[in-house]
Amino acid sequence: MDPVQAPGVYQGAANVIAALMLLLEFGMLRQALIRDQIRLYAAQSALISVLAIVIAADRGLPDLYALAALSAALKVVAVPLVVRRLLGRTGHDESPGVAGSYTLGVANTVLGSIGLAAFGFFCFGALGIHSPVAPAAALAIAGAMVLVAFGLMIVRRDVASQAIGFFSLENAISLAALVVAAGLPLILETAFLFDLLVAVVVFAMLMRAHHARAESLSTADLTQLRG
Amino acid sequence: MLAVILALVVVPLAAGIASLTASPRTAAAVTMTSGIASFGLVLALIPAAAHRTLGYGPYVRVDAISVIFMLATGFLYAAVAVYSAGYVRKETEGEGPAAARRYARRFYALFNVFGWSMLVAPMMNSLALLWIAVEVTTVVSALLVALENSDAAVEAAWKYVLIASAGLGLALLATIFAYFAGAQVLGQHYDLALNSILPVGGRLPHTPVRLAFMLAVLGYGTKVGLFPVHTWLPDAHSEAPTPVSALLSGSLLAVSFYAILRYYQIAAAALGSAFPRDVLLAFGVASLLLAALYLLDQRDLKRLLAYSSIEHMGILAIGVSFGAPVALAGVMLHVLAHAAAKGNAFMGAGVLVIKFGSKQISAQRAALDLLPWSGPLFLLAVLALSAMPPFGIFRSEFQIVAGGFGSHSYAAAAVLVVLVTVAFFGLTASTTSMVFRSRRPAGGRAAPAAEPATPAVRPSPGDDRRPGGPGSPEPVGTAGVTVLERAGTGRVLTRSEPSAWMVVPVLAGIAVLLVLGLHPPGELAQLISRAVTQLGGAA
Repeated sequence: MDPVQAPGVYQGAANVIAALMLLLEFGMLRQALIRDQIRLYAAQSALISVLAIVIAADRGLPDLYALAALSAALKVVAVPLVVRRLLGRTGHDESPGVAGSYTLGVANTVLGSIGLAAFGFFCFGALGIHSPVAPAAALAIAGAMVLVAFGLMIVRRDVASQAIGFFSLENAISLAALVVAAGLPLILETAFLFDLLVAVVVFAMLMRAHHARAESLSTADLTQLRG
Repeated sequence: MLAVILALVVVPLAAGIASLTASPRTAAAVTMTSGIASFGLVLALIPAAAHRTLGYGPYVRVDAISVIFMLATGFLYAAVAVYSAGYVRKETEGEGPAAARRYARRFYALFNVFGWSMLVAPMMNSLALLWIAVEVTTVVSALLVALENSDAAVEAAWKYVLIASAGLGLALLATIFAYFAGAQVLGQHYDLALNSILPVGGRLPHTPVRLAFMLAVLGYGTKVGLFPVHTWLPDAHSEAPTPVSALLSGSLLAVSFYAILRYYQIAAAALGSAFPRDVLLAFGVASLLLAALYLLDQRDLKRLLAYSSIEHMGILAIGVSFGAPVALAGVMLHVLAHAAAKGNAFMGAGVLVIKFGSKQISAQRAALDLLPWSGPLFLLAVLALSAMPPFGIFRSEFQIVAGGFGSHSYAAAAVLVVLVTVAFFGLTASTTSMVFRSRRPAGGRAAPAAEPATPAVRPSPGDDRRPGGPGSPEPVGTAGVTVLERAGTGRVLTRSEPSAWMVVPVLAGIAVLLVLGLHPPGELAQLISRAVTQLGGAA
């Protein structure tokens, strides 16, 4: 390791944005309403667009401007809209089954996730993968986010949180992609984004089907199938 | 050849769109035509792909490995399309015309798109597009799993889409690290194309490739059904409509395995084959062990077959881990033979489930007697699945085991043989009870507790074969219940097939299994040997 140096403006900005994304991930861990979860997701997605713009400006990658715009249009506007529209009333009201769907208590959940995040951070940091484009700490934070997103899907027992967990997992991977694969051709990035949109529609349809049958978004009674 | 490939991309998708508006009968015909045409188109690719790699632009690349997996999908797509004509009609029999139309429309549209996505995935040149195609297969098939709209189906679909998507999230990370590895050699602006990354495999940096391979095995392995990320698989396979189960099991798992093979190629080129082979061996043995044990105690017919799929995917992984050319040839053949055998088994199981009105193995008996065609054919399918000669799986597993011994992996090969034998016991024990158990419950006892109790005499207008009624050939048990009623309906079963559409494709499957087992055609052998060379078939 080099002796510690003060990060430049660019590095600092990129790291701060990545860290904010991780904080929002923690926010999703304990939201009780779908509406708020979707807002947090939209905010997280907006941050990733900001990061893309920062990288594009500093490193002279014009493709990333287009990607930032497209990503914002889809993840900040379209995805939340689709989820809310398809969930209809369920998405606006008190979200039955979402509040208090913890397997563990809130405190334990957060403490456990901090442990997961630290583990992911140091694992990805130890890989020694340095990108010419973005600071390596951002990749480590992406690793932490991936694990926290998995944790979110595991500890929350309701379909809405689980779906949001998956969507934010995709955000974490987008962050990693910005760091190590900023040069990925725009057409492939576009395809990824539209694919995500299709997945979101299907997730929302299945959530609606589940709600229609169970009168709740909780997965506590999904116990018919085992072994 | 470009025309053939274009047609493959267009035909099933067009059939899917056409099915959205057509009447059920037309949609069935369109689906059947599309399935058979697609299979024909894939067959037309064999001679060319056996000699060279077909590449068209940056996005399409078809080589011998691709064609083998497309053959598996193409055959099943065609066979199951024919089968669906009978299945959908039976499934919607008791419903109103509007509900039946809605079901058929959704089923055929999604079914064709599902087939399309699985045919297109192996044609992708770019690892990124491959990921996208596999993700499309996931979301389409999740909707198909939920199609029955029962509690269990919705639960299975949710588990499936969540677990598989999370797995594919890892696979996306793998894609990104593969890009990073390639970018170190090929520069920032390359598009993850196989034909640019494979030739420079030896120069790729090790850490990202290792990471990408592990993430790919775990991520795509979720969809292959490798232990410990297989948990969605038995649920989705058992709750999906049976034609979909057949495609899921015979084709979708293989397509995901195809993705792992591509990462295997890259990893083997960059790191040498020892590391990827060890990884696959560990996952393969664990999956095979789990599946063999679960097969011993299954009460649900479709779950039984689902665990058998996990078993066969484990065998594929172990086969690749042996690395010997003969084992790799066995793996390629196994992909084809497993598709045919598992397709047959699920199609047969679908007939049994319709006949007996229950997926429980305990509710099914005397199938050999009651189903003059499907009974024996189901038995043959299970024997083929258990690697009995003269069917294709016998040949492929024999090659895999021979390759294991040939490459001095004695312990692994021995474990493989033992576990396959355990699985054989599990499969045949359940099957023989369904097929051979006599119609009459022993000592005229009541039905087993697992069955829903059915009143002996239920007024069913227009059905004079009521239990105990005039002309009924069936005895009534002491508790007033006969076992050979269709569960939940009280109708006595007689010797008949539900539909001829549900028998013909199974016969075709048996023919394919026999051809693969006895004497694979020369062109196919050439195709397989080219695929083995591409996989680096030197131990």
